[in-house]
Amino acid sequence: MISVEVFIIPDEVFLTFILMLSIFLGFELINKVPATLHTPLMSGANAISGVTVVGAISLAGSGQQDLANWLGAAAVALATINVVGGYLVTDRMLAMFKKKGS
Amino acid sequence: MDTLTQYAYIISAALFIFGLKQLSSPATARRGNAISSLGMLVAIVATLLDQDIVDFQWIIIGMAVGGIIGGLAARLVQMTKMPEMVALFNGFGGMASLLVGWAAFAFRPDAGTFTLITIILSILIGGVTFTGSMIAYGKLSERISSAALTFNGQQVVNSLVVLGIVASSAMFCLEPTNSGWLVWVIGLSLLFGVMVVIPIGGADMPVVISLLNSYSGLAACAAGFAVDNNILIVAGALVGASGIILTQVMCKAMNRSLSNVLFSGFGSGKVEATKVEGEIKPITAEDAFYILEAASSVAIVPGYGMAVAQAQHVVKELAELLEKNGAEVNFGIHPVAGRMPGHMNVLLAEADVPYDQLLEMDEINPRMETVDVAIVIGANDVVNPAARENESSPIYGMPVINVDSARTVFVLKRSMASGFAGIENPLFYKDNTRMLFGDAKESISGLVREFS
Repeated sequence: MISVEVFIIPDEVFLTFILMLSIFLGFELINKVPATLHTPLMSGANAISGVTVVGAISLAGSGQQDLANWLGAAAVALATINVVGGYLVTDRMLAMFKKKGS
Repeated sequence: MDTLTQYAYIISAALFIFGLKQLSSPATARRGNAISSLGMLVAIVATLLDQDIVDFQWIIIGMAVGGIIGGLAARLVQMTKMPEMVALFNGFGGMASLLVGWAAFAFRPDAGTFTLITIILSILIGGVTFTGSMIAYGKLSERISSAALTFNGQQVVNSLVVLGIVASSAMFCLEPTNSGWLVWVIGLSLLFGVMVVIPIGGADMPVVISLLNSYSGLAACAAGFAVDNNILIVAGALVGASGIILTQVMCKAMNRSLSNVLFSGFGSGKVEATKVEGEIKPITAEDAFYILEAASSVAIVPGYGMAVAQAQHVVKELAELLEKNGAEVNFGIHPVAGRMPGHMNVLLAEADVPYDQLLEMDEINPRMETVDVAIVIGANDVVNPAARENESSPIYGMPVINVDSARTVFVLKRSMASGFAGIENPLFYKDNTRMLFGDAKESISGLVREFS
C-alpha cells in the first residue's frame, strides 16, 4: 500500500511563489512598452501601486477606534490620491498620443 | 477574508496584466489604462463588500479626500510638470505602504517573525520612498537646489544610518512589545530616504524617479505580505518590475552604472573644465530662416530646455511650416532628455506632434548624415560629441544623438553657460554649428514669423 502524505503549503511560501511569478511576468510585460510611452507607464504604475488602498481599507474598516484604524484611514486617503490621480492623468496623456494623419 | 473576495482579486490581477499588455502600443494604450482601472475598481469593490469590514465611515472619508485631491491634481497639472507629479505620487504610494505596515502591526501585535519582517520591509521601503520622493520633488520643482549635495563623511553618516536601521529592525523582531524600536525604524527609514537622494543632481533625476517608482511598487508588495493580501503582492511586483526596467534603460542611456548614479555625487562641480578650440558663430533668426527654407530634411532634438521654456507648441508650428515647405521633419528623442523617461514624448504629444514622427536615438542616428539642418532645442549633454571623441570627458562613452553629422546644426541656447556638471560642449565650436541665442520659445517664434 502506498501512503500519501498531504502537505499543507504554508502561507508565506504561497505568497512568495506569487511574488516570484509576478516579477517575471512584470519584466516580460514592461519590456514591450515603447520608449515613447514611458511617462504614461510611470503614472500608470503610480495608479497601480495605489492598490495599497485595498490593504488599507481592511484596516480602516475594522470598526475599532484604535491606532490601526487611524493609520488605515490615512493610508486609504493617500493611496486613493494615487489611484484616482494616476489613472486620470494617464488617460489625459494617452488621449494626446496620435498617429500621423488621424 | 472571504473566498469570494479572493476570486475577485484573481479577476482584478488579470485585468492589471491585460491592461499593461495593451500599453505596448500607443494605439491601444488608452484602452489598456481603462482596463487596468477596471481591475482596480473590482479589487476595491470586492474589498468593501468583504464581511471583515464593519465600519465604513473612515473609509469613505479617506476615499473622498484622496479622490478629490487626486482628481484635481490629474486635471490641473501641466504636462511640463509631470516629473514633479510622478515624484509626489511615488511618495504618497510609499507613505501609504508605511502606514499600512504600521497599522498591520498595531492591529496584530502578536504576529509571527515572518510577518514582523515584512512589516519592517514595508515601513522601510515605504519610508525611504516617501522622503526620497519628497526630496526629488523639491529638486525637480527647484524648491530646493537641484545640485548634488555632498559633504565630508557622507558615506560614514549613511553607513551609520543603515547600521541603525538593521539594529533597530532586529531588536523590533526580537522584542515586538517594545514600541520604541518601531519608532526608530520609522524615523531612520525616513532619514535614509533623504540621505540617498540629496547627493544626486538634477540631470540624474530620470534615474532616481524611475527607481523610486520601483520602490513604491516594492513597498506595496511588502505591505501585501504584512496583511496577507495577494493582489497587493501581484500589483506591487508589476510596478516594481516596471520601475527597475526603466531604471536600467536610463542608466544604459547615460552609460553609467546604477551605483555610480546613486553614490558618485556626479555634477557636484569637481570636474576639470576642458578647453575647447574654435569659435562660437551666432546666427540671427533671419539667416537661420534662409538655411531652413532651403532644407529638405530637418531633425529637431529637444531637451529639458524645451520643457522649461514651454516651447513645445511653437516647435510643432515650426515643424508644420517646414513640412509645408517640402522638408521632411523628424524628432530625435534621447532616452534621458528631460527629467523623466518619456518626458519629451508627452510634451510633443500635447502639442499634437504624431508619435510616429518621434524617433528614438538608434533610429535617428543612422539618418543624421542625410539631414540638412539639425535643430537642438534646450538640449546639451545628450548631443555632446565629446561623449564620442574625448576620452577624458566625464560623459565619455555615453550614447548621444550625433547632430554634428548633419550638414548644419542650430543650437538654441539661452547663453554660453555650460550644461550639467560644467562639461564643455565642443558641438558649439564646430564649423557647421550656428548658435541662436535667446529664450527657446522666443527664438522659435522668431523663425515662425520669418516663414509667414
